[in-house]
Parts: sequence; C-alpha cells; structure tokens
Amino acid sequence: MSDSAMATDRIYRVCVSPQPALVNATSVLADISTLGITGVQGIVRSDLYFLRGDLDDADVQTLCDELLVDPIAQTATWGLVGVISDQSDDALIEVGLLPGVTDSVADNLLARAALIGVDGLGAASTARSYTVHGHVSQQDLTAIAERLLCNQVIEYYALGQLVPHVGDAHHATELRAETIAVRNLSCEELQALSRERLLSLDLNEMLAIRDYYEREGRDPTDVELESLAQTWSEHCVHKTFKALVDYVEHGHDGVKQRETIDGLIKTYLRAATQSIAAPWVISAFVDNAGIVALGDAHEVSIKVETHNHPSALEPFGGANTGVGGVVRDVMGVSARPIANTDVLCFGPLDLDPTHLPTGVLHPQRIYGGVVAGIEDYGNKMGIPTVNGAIWFDEGYTANPLVYCGCVGLAPRGAHPSGARPGDLVVVLGGRTGRDGLHGATFSSLELTDETGELTGGAVQIGNPITEKITLDAMLVARDEHLYSAITDCGAGGLSSAVSEMGAETGVEVDLATVPLKYAGLQPWEIWLSEAQERMVLAVPEGHKARLQQICALYGVEMTVIGRFVDSGRLLLTHGELQVADLSMSFLHDGLPRRRLRGEWHAPVWSQADLSDAASSLRAVTLDMLAHPNIRSKEDVVRRYDHEVQGATQIKPFVGVHADGPSDAAVLRPLELRDSGLGIALGNGFNPAYGKLDPYAMAVSAIDEAVRNVVAVGTDPARIAILDNFCWGNPALPDRMGSLVRACKGCYDGALHYGTPFISGKDSLNNEYLDTVSGKQVAIPPSLLITALGIVPDAERCVTMDLKTPGNRLYLIGETRRELGGSLWLQVTTDSGGMPPGIAPFGPALARALHGAIAAGHVSACHDLSEGGLAVAASEMALGGRLGVDIDLSRLPGDAASELAPVERLVAESNARYLVEVAPDHAAAFEAAFEGLPCAAVGHVLKEPEVRFCAQEGAMPLLELSLSEIASAWRGHIDG
Amino acid sequence: MASLASGTLPRVIILHAPGTNRDREAALACELANGAPEIVHINQLGVGDRRLADYQMLVIPGGFSYGDDLGAGRLWANDLYHRFRDDLDAFVASGKPVLGICNGFQALVKAGYLPGPAPLQRVTLTQNQQGRFECRWVRLQPLPNSRSLFTRGLEQDILCPVAHGEGRLWIDDANQSRALFDQGLVGLQYAPTVDGAFTTAAAAYPDNPNGSIGNIAGLCNWAGNVFGLMPHPEDHVLAWQHPRWSRGEHDGMGLPLFVNGMRAAGQF
Repeated sequence: MSDSAMATDRIYRVCVSPQPALVNATSVLADISTLGITGVQGIVRSDLYFLRGDLDDADVQTLCDELLVDPIAQTATWGLVGVISDQSDDALIEVGLLPGVTDSVADNLLARAALIGVDGLGAASTARSYTVHGHVSQQDLTAIAERLLCNQVIEYYALGQLVPHVGDAHHATELRAETIAVRNLSCEELQALSRERLLSLDLNEMLAIRDYYEREGRDPTDVELESLAQTWSEHCVHKTFKALVDYVEHGHDGVKQRETIDGLIKTYLRAATQSIAAPWVISAFVDNAGIVALGDAHEVSIKVETHNHPSALEPFGGANTGVGGVVRDVMGVSARPIANTDVLCFGPLDLDPTHLPTGVLHPQRIYGGVVAGIEDYGNKMGIPTVNGAIWFDEGYTANPLVYCGCVGLAPRGAHPSGARPGDLVVVLGGRTGRDGLHGATFSSLELTDETGELTGGAVQIGNPITEKITLDAMLVARDEHLYSAITDCGAGGLSSAVSEMGAETGVEVDLATVPLKYAGLQPWEIWLSEAQERMVLAVPEGHKARLQQICALYGVEMTVIGRFVDSGRLLLTHGELQVADLSMSFLHDGLPRRRLRGEWHAPVWSQADLSDAASSLRAVTLDMLAHPNIRSKEDVVRRYDHEVQGATQIKPFVGVHADGPSDAAVLRPLELRDSGLGIALGNGFNPAYGKLDPYAMAVSAIDEAVRNVVAVGTDPARIAILDNFCWGNPALPDRMGSLVRACKGCYDGALHYGTPFISGKDSLNNEYLDTVSGKQVAIPPSLLITALGIVPDAERCVTMDLKTPGNRLYLIGETRRELGGSLWLQVTTDSGGMPPGIAPFGPALARALHGAIAAGHVSACHDLSEGGLAVAASEMALGGRLGVDIDLSRLPGDAASELAPVERLVAESNARYLVEVAPDHAAAFEAAFEGLPCAAVGHVLKEPEVRFCAQEGAMPLLELSLSEIASAWRGHIDG
Repeated sequence: MASLASGTLPRVIILHAPGTNRDREAALACELANGAPEIVHINQLGVGDRRLADYQMLVIPGGFSYGDDLGAGRLWANDLYHRFRDDLDAFVASGKPVLGICNGFQALVKAGYLPGPAPLQRVTLTQNQQGRFECRWVRLQPLPNSRSLFTRGLEQDILCPVAHGEGRLWIDDANQSRALFDQGLVGLQYAPTVDGAFTTAAAAYPDNPNGSIGNIAGLCNWAGNVFGLMPHPEDHVLAWQHPRWSRGEHDGMGLPLFVNGMRAAGQF
C-alpha cells in the first residue's frame, strides 16, 4: 500500500442497490416499529464498496461489471469519495466496519481484482447504506442506527455518507517487550496490577508469580505475565472446578453438614466416569473433545463450548465465533465435523425496553444476532445443525447464554498423541491480528455497562470459509499421517495452543514469523491474539514439504513459527529480541489451588395447589403449548441447514407436515453407510428446576438427555454425556453452594444411568453489575447435559409422530407429585411443589424400551418433559395429524393414583415416555415391561382431537382440536 | 473418494472450490447412478493436474464458494469465466452433461451458461423472497416439454431438500420468463404439496420456498446438456433420507436425475 500511495491514490465509492421490485424491508420496518418510531414508510439497503488505489473510471466499471453488480437484480452508482453526492431528499444511515474487523468480502475483492486485470486496487472495504423514506427526525435516525443497524463494538455509522476506512495506514509502533516490576509490590499493588492489565488473577496467584520472579532474580516481561494470566485463567484451567471447597449444607432441622470437597471435577465428574469405567470411552476430559468408539473402525468425538460474554456484546460475532471455536475443538482431535448443536438462552423477547439495564442490548437484538451468527458459520462450514433448544428467562437479559456443540467422526486411532522434540511448530489457516485480545481473561470477568468499551477487542468476527479450507487440508494431512500433534487456537491464542502442546517438551517460537493481518502488533499481542480459524500442528521436518503442497492446493496459509525442543522451557523471541523465557512446569503447575466456600440451604417444599386447575385446564394447556420455551422453534431451526452431508436420518422436525419436534437427531454419516450404525444427539436442560434445587436440575437434565436419545433408538448402554455449567460468581458462597449441589446431582444421575461424562465446560461469573443502579444480577444456575448415543440398527429408529389410528398408547414410567418448576406453574405464575428427582425405574425402563424399539414393536415414541403428558401427547398428535384418547385413571405406578387428574396430566416426573404400539405388537411390548411401570392408557384416533378423561367413560376432562394445538404451538410462525 | 473405479463407468468430475461442501453427497449420488466420480479442486485444474476434457460429466456441487462474498456463486462464476472458459466452453459444446446444484447452479447462471449461451447473464438467482436462508423439503415436478437430458422421461416428482438463502430465480420481464417455458428450458418446477392442506394449482410459499418466478426450480440450456437446480437431489438417494421414511413413504428419490446424466455421459 505505501508504495502505491502516491499522487494517483484515489478512493471510489460504489453503491449497489437492489432493483425496486426486489426491495424487501418488511423485517426491518417491523423492528423499527418496535422502537416506537412511526413515520418510516420504507427503507432500502444498499451495499457500499470503497475502492482505493491507482484506479481510473474504467477500472471501477470493470469491477462493477464483473464482481460487484448483478446485472439482473441490481444497479450501481459510483464516483470518487467526496465528489459523488447524494441527490435524494431521503435520509441516509450508513454503517461500516471499524478498522481491523474481519471483512472477508473486501479480502476476496482485493484478491480477485488482479485476476480480472485491475492491478491498481490497493485496498477495499465494505459498508451498508440504508435509505430511509418518510418523515423521520434526526433523533429517530440515531435511534434506528444505534439500536438496530449498527453495533458500535465492531461498527461505526454516519447519518449521511460514511467517511470510509480503507487501507488506513497502521501506525508503526516501536517493538518492545516491556518489563513489569512485580518483585517489590505490596499485596494491594499486585491486585491493582491484575485489575489494570485485565489479568483476572487473584492475590494468591499474583503472589505466586511474585515469588517465582524473586527466585529467578528478575521481573517478568509483558509477554510472560500475559501468558501466565491466560494459562491460569478460569477459562483455560477451570480453577473453580479444581478448587478445594469447604461446603456446608443447612438442613430443615437446623442441622449443618460440613464437608471438604477435593475439587468438583475430580470428586463428581471424573469420579463418575471412572466408576462407570465404560470400555468404549476412548478419551474423557483430556483432549480438546471427548471421544467414544463407534463400531470397530471409527470413533466419535464431541465438545460443547459456551460463548456467552462475546455474544452479549456482539451477538452475531460472538455466536459466529462460538460455532467456529467448537468446530476447531473437534478438528483438534483430528475429526471431521458431522453435526452441530446449539442451546441458547435469552431475556424475554417482549421485554419493555425501559427495563433494560444500562449498556445491555435488547433480547430481541441479541436473539436475532445470535441466530444469524450460528446460521452463518454452521451453514457455510457445511455442518448440519441438528439439535438444540432456546430458553427465555428474565435472568438472561444481561447475560445471554450461547452453548455451541460439535460432533466429529474419525477413523479409529487417527488422532496422533504428542509433539516430539525436533518437530516444527506450524500454524495453519487465518492470520493473526489484534482481534480477540484478552478473551480468556475477559470471559472470567463480570460484565458491566463499560465492558464493551474496555474489551471491544475481545469480540471477533469469523470467516467460516477460512476454517473450511483449513479443515479440507487438515483431513488430507491426517490421512497421510503428516503431523504428530494438533490443537486449535482458541482462548489464549498461540499462547494456549503452543504452550500446551509443548508442556512436556519445551518449545521455541519466533513471533516475528507469525503471519499478521496488519503490521504494528506487539509481541504479547501476537502471542495472545485470539484471531479465528487457526490450527497449530507439530510436524516432523521431513513432512513439511508435503504439507506445504497440500496447503497450496487448498489455498491455506501455512507457516513454520518455531520448534519443539527438550528444554522444558517456553522461549519466545521476536527476531533478535528475547521476549519470554518461562519454565513450563511453573507455567502449567505453578498455579496455587483455590479454596472456596459453598453453602446450601435445603429448601422446604410446599405443595403446589392445583385445586382450581380443572376450570382453567383448557386455557392453561394452550398457553403451555404457546409458551416461548415450548412452542415450535421452526422459524429458527429452518435457518440452519440440517441436511448437508446427507446423513440426517431423524431430522429436527418430523411427521406428516414436518412440524413435530424430534426428541433427538440421528445421523448416519456416509462412512457408516453399510454398517447400519447411527449416532444420536440429544440434550437435557431446565433452569426452572435449578432455581429450586440445582441437584434436581442435574438429575433431571441427565434423565431428559438420556430419554431423548433412547426414544429414537439409542442403546442405553452406549450413551456418553457432557456437562456444561453456566453459573454466577463462584466466590460468593451461595453460588458455590448451588454449584456443589448440581455436581452432586451430576454424579448421582450419571451413576444411575451408567452414562460416563466424557467432556465438560464451565462458564462462571455470568453476573451483571449495573454501575448506574449498583444492582448485581446473576443468571439462573444453568446446566446443560448433552447426550451422544449409539444406535445399533438405524433402520429400527423411531420418530415421535403418531402413525396409525387404532394403535395403542402406552405410558411408561411413574408419575409422581413433582410439579416444582413445572411449565404449568410457570404459565399460571404460581409456585410450590418439588422438582422432579431421580426415577428409580429409569434405567430398567430405558433398557426395556430399547429392546422393544430394536425388536420393531414401537411405532412412535416421545419423552415427557415440560408440560408432562398434556404437551407430549399434543405434540405427537400434531406430528401425525391424528388424535388421541387417553384415560388418566390408567397411569402406571402407585404414586399416580394419589394424584388429582390434572396433576397426572401436567406433572413432570422423570423417566417417562408415551409410546405408540400396533395391536399386533402389544403382547410382545407388554412382556418387555414385565414388572416395570407401564400401562396402556389409550389409543390413537383418526379424528383430529386430543382427549383426556379422568376415567373410562367419563366426559373428557380436556378436549383440544389439532387446529387449536397447531395455532397455539406454531401460530407465531404461520402468522 | 474413489476415482477411476472402473474403465467402463463414466468418469465424473465433481468440482470443488473454497467453501464447497456438498461434494461428497454429489459423489455418492454419481456412484449410486453407476458413475465413477472424482472430487477435483479447481486449483488442480488450474495447474493442469487434471483436465476437464478427460471426464464425461461435470458436476458443480453445492456449498458456499468463497463464502457467498459478492453474491452467491459470483466469484465461482468469475473463476469459470476467467480461468477455465475455453475448456468449459468446449465441454459444453461437446454435449457432455453438466449439472449445477445450488451453489453450482448459481455459478452457472452468473457465468451465463444457464440458460445460455455464455457469457451473457440472462436471469439471476437472488435473495429468497422471505429474506432468509431456509432448509426444508420440497416437491419438484418435471416438465414434459423440457429439453434437459437430466429430466428426460421422468414421470415421478422428486422430493428433496432446499438449503439456501439466494435461490429466487428472477428475471425482470414476464415475457422472458414465459419464453423459458415455451422454449423448454425449464426442467423442474416447485410443486404444490399433495395432501389435504395445500391443493391450489400453483405452489405458494413454502412449497415454492424462495419466491422463484413461475415456480422454476431448475433450468437447462437450449442443447439440454447443461442443467442446474437449487434443490439438492443428491441428498435424497437413500431410502432413509426421506423425511417420512418412518411413515413408510419412499417416493421421490433424486437418483433418476443422476442416472439420466450418467446414461448421457456413457455416450462419450
């Protein structure tokens, strides 16, 4: 750029607009009206391109003709910036990307210009222009810009023509590794240092660092201090889950039970896995993802991550890179990604904007951005998004949750185990920029209304195509055995990736060799940058040339940045300048163990009062079906490609009109085509129980995840699970106490079903401090359990839609007075009752059900969860466009007989399924459940009516037509 | 993916650009249709490692080439025009079958090969009328008067998914769109779903998932050997891929399109 930045340097502005017949502004106009702004009659979005370089009009015309303008659908106006003027009377809002934010369109344009003979294009950038028709004040335009169109964390805007950032010179800064004095600091000064540099380290940790440097007889460089903070961050090392916990449980009777817990992971999560000792677990808690065996020749990997803090600030980018990150985790175990799952939590979409805490984006905007971000990355990577959930609660208003999961498939044993001294450190994929600095430590901070300003750099925009080509090249390299270790650059960037790979050996890296997006990065920034789409490989010298060949074919940038050595040290240079020399053992083992306090007050359960329920049963049931957490998510799910890869046997929606919600997805990757094996993916999540008792939430989430995958045909002896905790600040004893309760539930629930944990993740400090009001808000304790199941014979899989009139309906599992946290009580804004606990017959029922499915005795099966039998039966009926007739007096188990009919209909006890069985199979089906709670409760009707009666022959207690169910459950989609 | 499986099977080149992601399914479909598919990166063609002329059929598969930057298929079309134009023109002129699916269709349309003749772009595929990406199954009706060798003799509807954000076939002139039908250039149309709920003659959303004019789902050139469509017949080549397999339904496989292609390819 600098060479061509002479007299001929010009900047053109090209504005590309849709043909009038193709303008579609309905959704933006609807959003504008939610802001309370009237008077906007229309809005037209155009694409802006700023082209800079040694260009003339002919060049710009060529670029327009060949690249920028679709001659059928679009028209363009262009001219020199500052010369071309806006002639219309309409108002303009223009939005551009801040310098340094990924702009892949501009990158592609730049790369392509030379091919079509425009050699003078030196730089390009893109932006959006909105022409607003109608009578709108400046104030309204500002509101539309700031609250709808522009996120100032990554973008800037103008009311009128934008002043472009295109090819801005980066100020050359003097390269330096700053030395930071720690040896003589007091405790207060150490804490202040941690705060000022966003290290997120506590006093003990700062003292350990001070002691280390006193022993070394010098002070740390900034690179070293940042490396330590990143390696020791909650995000990377899970110190809360490894801490010693002094735990007190206060019983109802005033009795206190005390115990000291030797780390939550060790005591509950890993302990469950060890105790279950499933021989098919290949890797648990060690690698980037958990791995289980599949048949003799393959292995399946899975990882679920969270990307909560970034999604709160920049929803699209946060969710986008959340998907990109978890996909790289799966690439980091040498697997090909085969499915994505996403569980999202937001504040209520209809939240009154005046109730929004300062500095927080409206839930509607977060929701829109997050869904678009997931759509963009998953679809472009060609990974089907086949499973998920969306949950709304006011507690997520300031702290939305974005759980992103990915499943991978690899030939057995294809993932090599470790870097050896002499191997080269190779970076594959994207370039390093200033993006994503401090992500690892930032995720350990509580959000405030100033977080966006302070840590704007933590937010990144992804480029899924860069990751896709990196994947393409990586898979070839894997199959040719070209690397001896691989990991992804996630939180902590190269620092985390390279120092973990070299933990057992030692490593030397020259930061000057790392390819940069732009000049001017300091050594610590290069080392800590969380720029996306980068993988790090350990490559034996002899394989370098072949790897280079593969990368050239796929257009992937590959760079050797250092070498693994047997020094046991992390040695970083920038050219001639040495910037870090740390002992690997201090870096990885020097972190002092935390000691935390947890307290739990056992709740006193009152009875939920459903005595008046019969009169409102009809209205409440329809409200349950229409509840935002229950109703169809088809409008979101169809924006995700769930068919790519051609492996989705059970799709997210099934039945006559493909609108019945599946319990779980079943995948049959093409590699497994001849084996009949399937992979099932399900999840369990219900924070409403967690508000009452996180223990109940944990056992229920495990139960639900197991039910989901068993209901479609998974062998219950082949289910692996993942834990994913999103919690408040663990330094507060009540938060820590509830976390302990949840972990105890995880242990008991996993052992109950014999389902080992193979991977887990925690995102803590999901609290929001409103600096204006001084209020501190934590999210509801939220535990996601993801289940990965193996289906032995996918031809026998079962979907949830009812199939044939006259077939019998069986309810299996015990219905108990478990109404606490139930959907019924949420809808009636009532409280009381106990949340569902461990169901004693659960494992035996799952085995019997699997036997019946595998034998071909089951026509349809759906698990009972939120809304109990009422919702499950309605969904099955809708899926099959058939009716049901159910007699509530016939529910199996002694406990049910003590319940009022309405309680039987809406209780949410675990381990229950509603199963459709053809009369021919009834005897065999019943035999399989001998001695277990299982009863024929009704049958499938040809008439489109869902009927429940309190006993045989009685007038129906509740009768709903399918059209009523459809309009409650999916009326928001049909309009 | 296996290549050169047999000397007697037609050799199919499945082109892969940065961001292509439905190439493996396209290869499976070709294999099941008795072809010998090979996935080839455009850079392999670029450096002369592979030659288009060595193959009997070309498939340009789905995905997000170049991330849809500058418009879906635009940069790939630019590749076809600037890097492989002579070879591709020769391939097309020879009468060998060429199939563009989704992103491949977008590229062929924007490079002018559909409806043709290249390089003038005559129609476009633009943003869905609903304004968003959608993945759903659609029913496709073959048009008996179509010149396309891929739909020749097809009597059954094809059932397969769409998964795109820019699939609305559009042309700013009603006469021209009528001409596409009159000239037999329309191969497949989005059809109304045949069951109780939808019985109107012309498909409306969501049966026509993107607002394409005339419910056009697939177009061919005048010679009938180049065909493109937005939906994904390669994602319905196995019985269990059917969205209602569990209800005993097994109609509408996408395989016949590939079988027709392979039959034509076998003549070269």
